[in-house]
Amino acid sequence: MNPVLKLTDVTRIHGEAPHEVLALRGISFEAHPGELVAVMGPSGSGKSTLLTIAGGLDRPTAGSVTVEGTDLAGLGQHGRARMRRTSIGYVFQGFNLIPALTAAENVALPRELDGVAPRRARAEARKALEEVGIADLADRFPDDMSGGQQQRVAIARAVVGERRLILADEPTGALDTETGEGILQLLRARCDAGAAGVLVTHEARHAAWADRVVFLRDGVVVDETGADRVDVLTGPGAR
Amino acid sequence: MSVKHALLALLEQQPMYGYQLRAEFEQRTGTTWPLNVGQVYTTLTRLERDGLAFADGEDGEGHVIYRITDAGRDEVATWFTTPVGRTQPPRDELAIKLALAVTVPGVDVGTVIQQQRSATMAALQDYTRLKRQAAAGAVPDAGADDGSGGADLAWSLVLDSLVFAAEAEIRWLDHCESRLRRAAAGGVGRRNARLDEEAPARGAR
Repeated sequence: MNPVLKLTDVTRIHGEAPHEVLALRGISFEAHPGELVAVMGPSGSGKSTLLTIAGGLDRPTAGSVTVEGTDLAGLGQHGRARMRRTSIGYVFQGFNLIPALTAAENVALPRELDGVAPRRARAEARKALEEVGIADLADRFPDDMSGGQQQRVAIARAVVGERRLILADEPTGALDTETGEGILQLLRARCDAGAAGVLVTHEARHAAWADRVVFLRDGVVVDETGADRVDVLTGPGAR
Repeated sequence: MSVKHALLALLEQQPMYGYQLRAEFEQRTGTTWPLNVGQVYTTLTRLERDGLAFADGEDGEGHVIYRITDAGRDEVATWFTTPVGRTQPPRDELAIKLALAVTVPGVDVGTVIQQQRSATMAALQDYTRLKRQAAAGAVPDAGADDGSGGADLAWSLVLDSLVFAAEAEIRWLDHCESRLRRAAAGGVGRRNARLDEEAPARGAR
């Protein structure tokens, strides 16, 4: 099965010599349809950089990133932005909802930006909100919701329009344990339904929801569990 | 683990025979701590000797039914109201292994930690999978007082206990690793020196 996300020998250097910082050092990494992969590591290990590069928000210094077979480097800025709206869903720790828009409007926004007619975008948004269990909150504003509800809206926004790659950066960070579990259940369900998910977390109990757990240290994959797909460890950083 | 008290507590619910006790025990605790039926009968013999339970005839299929005594009920009540002792912490092989690894020359402690972390993480993934299965299989009103719902709850609490223990172990391993790295860096905050030190450890894997 072709991976939804494939990073090959990705290196990311911040700054310039002699003060350069190697955030990622030749990482190869894949996420397949139906698979939830957790990336664990202490702060500074490169896990957030990995996610921003996978999502096209940042570009590698060397190496390639492909999403559903398309090389992000070959896309140019507009192409990447389009890819982010249509194929990649991003869930952040801070939810990043627009306070002046209702839940449904927040979720519909990426679809409308992508040229989908407002009516249809709104209908898709309602369906996505239904899937995350908060159809009844569609007309609420973010400030009138709990953290858990806001994160559900953010997940609905990340999956609306059948996007197949979901990238989540500490999505449970600000939530209590039980609410956090609910969020993981949702991510898990999306992956079980065929999406590929990458979850960055420092919480072992959350990483445990993944099919695979990848350990990062100093920009290198040092180990992984649930290694049904040993071929994922192909990069020089893997050994 | 006190098999004696666990079986007595089950007998307090209702009189049972050996196989039944084992089945009831495993329904609540999963196969986390498997009981063999020999262990069950040895324990029942001891309970009878100590006057905490007695054999009270056979059922239609020839199973010897055990029944709890008043002294047995007191024993169960005392067990439930007494905290599990911590005066003598159980011997922790991992803590001992790491304590030796950091002192015996030539041990790659970083690798010891990472291998353990991966193994514990894999176990944590298994427990989480079991929890998901248990949640998916549970009837919505599993809290109902029909016995089977109670056993589901018991089993999920046992799983939670395993999850918390595995999680604590991983956190402790993370802590050990960062302390070791700080110690190795000599407190001089040299990022590059730290990166260089990691390289041989990876090569060793």
